[in-house]
Amino acid sequence: MDDPIKQSVEKALYAMNLKAAISLHSALIAILTAAFFLPIVLGFWQTLLPSFGYLPVLGVSKFEFQAWQDLVTEPGFASSLSLTLFTGFASTVLASLLTFSICAMIQNRIGKFATEKLLATFLATPHAAVAIGLAFLFAPSGFFSRLITSWTTEWQQPPDIITINDDRGISLIITLIAKEVPFLLFVTLSALNHIPTQKFMAVGHALGYGRAQIWISIIIPQIYPLIRLSLFIVLAFSLSVIDMAIIVGPSNPPTLSVLSLQWFYDPDPLSLKLATAAAILQTLIIVGAVIIWHAMERIVTLAGRWWIRKGQRDNISDYLMRLLAALAVILLACSTLALISLIIWSVAWRWPFPDVTPLSWSLQSWTYVLNSKLNILFNSVVIAACTSLISLFFAIAWLEWPKFESPSIRIIVFGVIILPLFIPQIAFLFGLHILFLSSGFSASLISVCWAHSLFVFPYIILTLSDSWRSLDKRYIRSAASLGASRLKILARVKLPMLLRPLLISAAIGFSVSMGLYLPSLVIGEGRIPTVTTEAVALATGADRRLQSVYALLQALFPMIIFFAALLIPRIVYAERAYLRGVRL
Amino acid sequence: MFRLGLALTAGFLMLTTSVLASEKWTQTLAKAKGQAVYWNAWGGDQRTNVFIDWIGEQVEQRYGIRLNHVKLSDTAEAVTRVVAEKTAGKSSNGSIDLIWINGPNFLSLKEKGLLAGPFAQDLPNARYVDFSLSSPSSVDFTIPVEGFESPWRLAKFVFNYNSARLASPPRTIREFLTWSKNNPGRFTHPVVSNFLGATFLKQALIELVSDPKILQRAATDDNFDQVTAPLWTWYDELRPTLWRQGKTFPASEQAQQQLLADNEIDISMSFDPASAAAAIIDGALPDTIRTYTLANGTLGNISFVAIPFNARNKEGAMVIANFLLEPETQARAQNINILGSFSVLDQSKLNDTQRALFGSLPNSTALPTNAELGITLLEPHPSWMTQLSKAWKKRYTQ
Amino acid sequence: MKKLELSHVTIRLRNSAHPLIDDLSLVALSGEVTLIMGPSGIGKSTLLDFIGGHLDPAFLARGSVKIGELDITYMEPERRRVGIMFQDDLLFPHLSVGENLLFGLRSDLNKATDRQALIEDALSRADLAGFANRDPASLSGGQRARVTLLRTLLAKPHALLLDEPFAKLDKHLRTDVRSFVFEHAIAEKLPILMVTHDETDAAAAGGKVFILHETSR
Repeated sequence: MDDPIKQSVEKALYAMNLKAAISLHSALIAILTAAFFLPIVLGFWQTLLPSFGYLPVLGVSKFEFQAWQDLVTEPGFASSLSLTLFTGFASTVLASLLTFSICAMIQNRIGKFATEKLLATFLATPHAAVAIGLAFLFAPSGFFSRLITSWTTEWQQPPDIITINDDRGISLIITLIAKEVPFLLFVTLSALNHIPTQKFMAVGHALGYGRAQIWISIIIPQIYPLIRLSLFIVLAFSLSVIDMAIIVGPSNPPTLSVLSLQWFYDPDPLSLKLATAAAILQTLIIVGAVIIWHAMERIVTLAGRWWIRKGQRDNISDYLMRLLAALAVILLACSTLALISLIIWSVAWRWPFPDVTPLSWSLQSWTYVLNSKLNILFNSVVIAACTSLISLFFAIAWLEWPKFESPSIRIIVFGVIILPLFIPQIAFLFGLHILFLSSGFSASLISVCWAHSLFVFPYIILTLSDSWRSLDKRYIRSAASLGASRLKILARVKLPMLLRPLLISAAIGFSVSMGLYLPSLVIGEGRIPTVTTEAVALATGADRRLQSVYALLQALFPMIIFFAALLIPRIVYAERAYLRGVRL
Repeated sequence: MFRLGLALTAGFLMLTTSVLASEKWTQTLAKAKGQAVYWNAWGGDQRTNVFIDWIGEQVEQRYGIRLNHVKLSDTAEAVTRVVAEKTAGKSSNGSIDLIWINGPNFLSLKEKGLLAGPFAQDLPNARYVDFSLSSPSSVDFTIPVEGFESPWRLAKFVFNYNSARLASPPRTIREFLTWSKNNPGRFTHPVVSNFLGATFLKQALIELVSDPKILQRAATDDNFDQVTAPLWTWYDELRPTLWRQGKTFPASEQAQQQLLADNEIDISMSFDPASAAAAIIDGALPDTIRTYTLANGTLGNISFVAIPFNARNKEGAMVIANFLLEPETQARAQNINILGSFSVLDQSKLNDTQRALFGSLPNSTALPTNAELGITLLEPHPSWMTQLSKAWKKRYTQ
Repeated sequence: MKKLELSHVTIRLRNSAHPLIDDLSLVALSGEVTLIMGPSGIGKSTLLDFIGGHLDPAFLARGSVKIGELDITYMEPERRRVGIMFQDDLLFPHLSVGENLLFGLRSDLNKATDRQALIEDALSRADLAGFANRDPASLSGGQRARVTLLRTLLAKPHALLLDEPFAKLDKHLRTDVRSFVFEHAIAEKLPILMVTHDETDAAAAGGKVFILHETSR
């Protein structure tokens, strides 16, 4: 064995392996850049040009600020802007407060599996479905109003009060909260696995602090860095949401995103300039909002520090948190009720005010959709399945690859991956579509899948990377020391141990894809109808029964996938106590 | 003799042109066979969607054309798409073959030369349509059609009211004000950025303006304020009496119909005389709803189909446009149990068997008769609608 | 038979000029337990990572590792045949006890047919007969430690690294497990390198002791 030649061969082989790995790694980065980063930047650029007057097809290509002036002087612009900011911030702040409160109250009190089942139901229900359901519950002629009428028998006609579509956007805020709380709850519960909550609670109680105070001063500061990114995503989403704002938001004026969409679809093509300016402004708003949020964090931290230093044991925060948690529970109960009302509507024939139950029933809406619209269902399921599987594959490749670049580059690459969640969809999808057309592609399932993966991939990376990283590295070292290759370790150790988070990420990817509206509409050129494009097209129509069928279909498939994701590991690992107890 | 000869020559000429035309149509049919036609049509109305599904089955059977209904939530989506394709330099193989279109959307595409044609008069079934000058089928919102779009269904502005709650609904624009003052919160119109909301304002303008003829010419910056002044006086009084104090408005005709169904309002409006009757059959409205028009007539226009300049399957699109004008198709469309959309055909150009198709259609109490539909008022120049929407936005948006 | 030999090993953080381990050379003879002791944070585990081929990319290392005459410094970790045991047992929780052992058992060294028998045999030698189908989570701490060693030895390593493997066990268990591990590992004539804090480990091992000191800054 004393062979210097062999030794140098070993060394060269090692260097070659390293080189191969590095070049494969750069290839992966190149693919990600080409598939994700470039299209967004170019699409954004195509949106930026018209907002400064460059629109050669319409014979205008002069650099000017006209569109921006028109935007600012547009009637109702100021109220639309303040409405957008108000709904975006209020819903994010309230959603996070409600989430923390509910976490504090249920931590170690409610069984994990029960929480998960409940969460999965809410996570799986797309935004439009929640909005349609809640709109029916709270409308002056809606379910609650009918309940009151049936008790008091005073109202012959619905009260002329504004509930949904109120001009301050309160109903939009409530609907956004109802949809965001489950997402934040999901993120927070997995963040909680990283710290020994139980021990901190014990220590805190021993020092004489109540549950709420321990949470505010000990636990939230520790988990906040872990969920911060998700809060930013929620903030960016709430500031640019379209489907919910159309269904329950104010109409005169609507939020900026809806205004922008209306201009994009204005018969006068010159409105495109206004539309793109509004879309760019939305991007700026999101950037500004993240900065403002950052400043708010500092203020809250300072105030919190001061409060902690006082050492005061109080009960007020306990009452406050209990109140907030109760509100959150009521809101989630309303979401459930909203889903139930969708089910009832989908099998109702006539259900006029003030009847609490339908006058007559019919399965016609279901039979119509299931008989003649199966292709739409097929499109949605195929797109969602392909998108989440492909994204999962790339996410695993990305997480599994050895990292050679410096941490700062890694942060940049990560930033690129999650970029689509921060730029308003409207600000790059239209530009992207133009690019798409110029390169000679036409709409197909493949192009829609690709557009969906722009949004699905980051969600999968976000949900998966945490579990991937928190897998004890010594398992991998043990396996390697037992002679297992990288591939064998991946297939036999990592993937099986991470089965649950893998399935959950896939389910989240699936439901994100099912709920995507604008990407399907724009990149699909309307030729690839999905359950969501149908549902939103119908949301502007009258037939609440058919709306309900589509909304339920939107929710049904992600729900099935979510429950499968929760159940499969329990069945596969029925005999493995540790894995059943393993958290995400 | 000379006369006879002339007549014969004329007859022969007509025969040759018709032979040539029919030969050309045979070629069109041959090319159309096997094409997959993408028809971009507003998808907010379920009965229309089902009707389009039926059209698809028929053209597949008869002509071997596969029809795909691309459901739009707003027709302008299709306009934007054609413009985007033009921007991208895609001048053939476009994604849209046929658009359900009229008014400003038509104007927008026609002005920019983004439509294929003229083709409408070349369709065999064009012989059933009245294309005489200034007939509804040859002028779309005062814009000459010039064969760039082919008619397929009639639209007329109507109101629907709940007869169980209301003995006699208001029949003039001025009566609406007094009625709404006495019944606050029971009337509204769709938001004015919506087509139907703007139509309501146009209807009011026609009745309130001193000389309606001025509306047939484009609005100018000079005359707009003065012409519309009576409208705004009337509307300023009306708005606070509307549903939700006129602070918010239903987003569309369908959203408004839902309000009528939910008993939140007593009167709704529609651009389809059969929509209420259809909704009753579908269980979406109570059977006490009745449709009516105003004493001095209401606006009316025709829905067309047009073919974009870069359509991939122009022949298939033309065959479908032609099939939409078959008397059999039109009669089916007018059947209240199916679609209930009034026919665009000139009944005097049909033969007896064809007319019989329309005579034997089922009736509905909510459905107005042709006589009840009353006078059809001409659409103002599109600029009035654009200007009205802008002015309304300026005045009433917070 | 073969010894584990480190020569002139220096390890430092990529962005630091100060080495964590400075020019360390040592030899661990086969069938003997060689100890590395020293305060926490001194780099004992990092050294084991280096030998096993798991060194974090944040570190830079020089020097060489040999088993017998074979230089393994640049080998892929799975080809080095260096067994390792940690403080925690790290039995794969998704596999049964038997499957864990089968995962460790090298397929190139054993015929497919007698794999199961070998497992049963190993288990009974460890007083764990009939445990093959058990969930690792249902085993006691001592049992898990024994299974872990069996798994490591079934992979036929040429050297064994022990990273404070008994630290988490109760006092009375510790002695048992320790003697079990030492007995079996020494019987295989492996060079054993053990990192520990525990003086009783040192006494039981009876081999050479290297004490790592803080390197001068």
